[in-house]
Amino acid sequence: MGHKTFARGIHPSYYKELTAAKRVEGSTLPKTVTIPLQQHAGAPCEPLVKKGDLVQEGQKIGDVKAFVSAPVHASISGKVKDVELAQHPNGTRVLSVVIEGDGAVKDWEAGSSRPDLGSLTPEAIREAIREAGIVGMGGAGFPTSVKLAPPKGKTIDAVILNGCECEPYLTADHRIMAEDPEKVVWGLKALMRASGARMGFVGIEENKPEAIRAIKEKLDNSTDIQIIVLEAKYPQGAEKMLIHAALGRKVPPGKLPLDVGVLVNNVGTAAAVYEALVYKKPLIDRIVTISGNGVKEPRNLKVRVGTSFEEVLGQCGGISGEGEIEVLNGGPMMGIAQSTLNVPVVKGTSGITVISSGSFKSKPYDPCIKCARCVEACPMALMPYKLGDYGRAHRLPEFKDWQGVSCIECGCCSYVCPAKRPLLQWIRIGKLKVRQEAVKAAAK
Amino acid sequence: MDKTLEKTEIKTAPEGGEGAAGAERLIVSSSPHFLDAESIPKIMHTVVMALVPAMAASVYFFGWRALLLILVCVGACMLTEWAFQKYRKKPIKVYDGSAIITGILLALTLPPGFPIFGAILGSVFAIGIGKQLFGGIGFNIFNPALLGRAFLMATYPVLMTTWLEPRTVAKAVDAVSAATPLAMMKFEAKFAPLADLFFGNVSGSLGETSVVAILIGGLYLRYKGYINWKLPLGYLGSMAAFSAIFWFVNPAKYPSPAFHIFAGGAMLGAWFMVTDMVTSPTTALGQWIFAIVGGIIAVIIRLFGGLPEGVMYSILFMNAFVPLINKHTRPRVFGGSLKAQG
Repeated sequence: MGHKTFARGIHPSYYKELTAAKRVEGSTLPKTVTIPLQQHAGAPCEPLVKKGDLVQEGQKIGDVKAFVSAPVHASISGKVKDVELAQHPNGTRVLSVVIEGDGAVKDWEAGSSRPDLGSLTPEAIREAIREAGIVGMGGAGFPTSVKLAPPKGKTIDAVILNGCECEPYLTADHRIMAEDPEKVVWGLKALMRASGARMGFVGIEENKPEAIRAIKEKLDNSTDIQIIVLEAKYPQGAEKMLIHAALGRKVPPGKLPLDVGVLVNNVGTAAAVYEALVYKKPLIDRIVTISGNGVKEPRNLKVRVGTSFEEVLGQCGGISGEGEIEVLNGGPMMGIAQSTLNVPVVKGTSGITVISSGSFKSKPYDPCIKCARCVEACPMALMPYKLGDYGRAHRLPEFKDWQGVSCIECGCCSYVCPAKRPLLQWIRIGKLKVRQEAVKAAAK
Repeated sequence: MDKTLEKTEIKTAPEGGEGAAGAERLIVSSSPHFLDAESIPKIMHTVVMALVPAMAASVYFFGWRALLLILVCVGACMLTEWAFQKYRKKPIKVYDGSAIITGILLALTLPPGFPIFGAILGSVFAIGIGKQLFGGIGFNIFNPALLGRAFLMATYPVLMTTWLEPRTVAKAVDAVSAATPLAMMKFEAKFAPLADLFFGNVSGSLGETSVVAILIGGLYLRYKGYINWKLPLGYLGSMAAFSAIFWFVNPAKYPSPAFHIFAGGAMLGAWFMVTDMVTSPTTALGQWIFAIVGGIIAVIIRLFGGLPEGVMYSILFMNAFVPLINKHTRPRVFGGSLKAQG
């Protein structure tokens, strides 16, 4: 208490102790990787390689001319086994490059030197970030270079690094801040230079004192960067909630952080920016928390993009126990459940959470008793029990009138519902129908 | 229950056909993937627990007959619930605790000498008409227990207002009929001592005697987080504030605010009926309006209506407005009134 935060929200059990104190470990070099050509919001990449080509670690293997996009790179060196449709952890099937490794590993840090930020132009930084294929690493996967280039007439005056990590179980961001504060702070400075922002902030929830201490030490004499210690509350890491807690600015419905002059990036993204500018290393690996009550040895691992969930889980002792499980790309509140373990880790995979039966199993739900818990929990100040009913009944005029499209899908409403009503699922139906209606109207 | 839109659970074969370890155990559902441990039975049974002090007080002051009335009401409510659920081919959820609460609350609003058949009739009406005809739990507009009591008031007005002295008051003859503090206030302009009201040493219905017993239960519920403090505080606060105006004008004719909130059903209503989740508003502003207007109406009925007690009708009256209140007190969506840069 006493720390900055937003109104409403929930306090779930975090279970971070499973991995919070565990150092990031390297993972074994995968024999094959499957790299989706779309790991970002925007236009999918076109493959730059074909079956049989030899590729080097870090070589660009997919790109597209579109503005809102980010190239993808080979995460291991070897031979292209195939370019085919493969399962993506977001639930779709995406054109992917399958590479069979030759066992060679590149040392990116050798001979690297840190450039003077003042000597780099904002354009050069943006270009380097785009070429390195950096996207938001908190999960949304929006191309970072696009965020850094605001449209005419809009300016960015503050960059906030999101180190909240409010999802239960996940500790990847925590470990990055605790172990690589240098990269995070330097990356933030690079993002500030590229966007022209004067102010920098690192927002961290108070349950990560180790991370707060580490970052604080690296801030030394810089007065333009501040740490903002936030209450541990879900969804503190949601962009709009974070901006409000940190700066007191509210992003209006349907608008972006940019519209209030703010750029929000994950701390992992800042570290990736550092590696791109200093090591000239594209985004080919990331830190993943493997945790949950269904995994034998929870760990934080540095995993190459394209490594299969099965292989990663194998390095954590595998899945424990009996009975049904859910394997999630991400944490338990917003993660996406996988139908197969044969899916690759992508740039946005902050965690692989395995939840064993009992803690997730959906029961038949009861009627709404109007207890108002969802209304008291919704960080967007919506009325989820109404929206849920309108969404599942496809009552779009009412759904829109009650602001259903403003839902950020954090899941607080479903979490608190004593009747176990799948409110968010119904609201998603409503949002989908609104989108479909808009597409239909545009087609006419 | 809606059968077509159950939370989707799809079991799938592994895509790649590699037979990944544990893949046959995978479940796919929509996020969030873990939920709070709260449930409707847990909430309802906690409310039942919170009513134990008030029930104990009623047995202490009015003897075993009070317990008999409570048991009869609870039994009749549960049986009615079961019969309706069976008839409507709905899942049998008699044990979720909601019918128990209705039974207890109805019993607590009855005079100690009320006949058993009347208690059964009131219970059947409360659950059958007040709850199940609207569609069962969550769908009723009015508080079922209060609706049951209103029905008994209309059908047995004399029996419903025949009160007994609590046995703690020394009497030569057992079970002498007596006037309630509110009736004495209304018809004789006599005000009962506050200490008697607080501990329950007055005549009245089973649950409207002891303020302290109800407070213990109410505060327990507040501690558990199952009632919103705005509702009891708004209701009692508005009763006190509104009655204070009349008290200042003529303290000989009008009782003090403390008398108003300690006497009659004010405490029971404020902590256990105004706070009924199903029949109170879901928005913060709506909860204030509901509680404050309800309190004012209760005082108006008490002071200027034909009846000595107005709590029941004030709550039922406000129940009817809940959908309207919710609709017009929607919270402003986050960032809703602000302008964007550029």
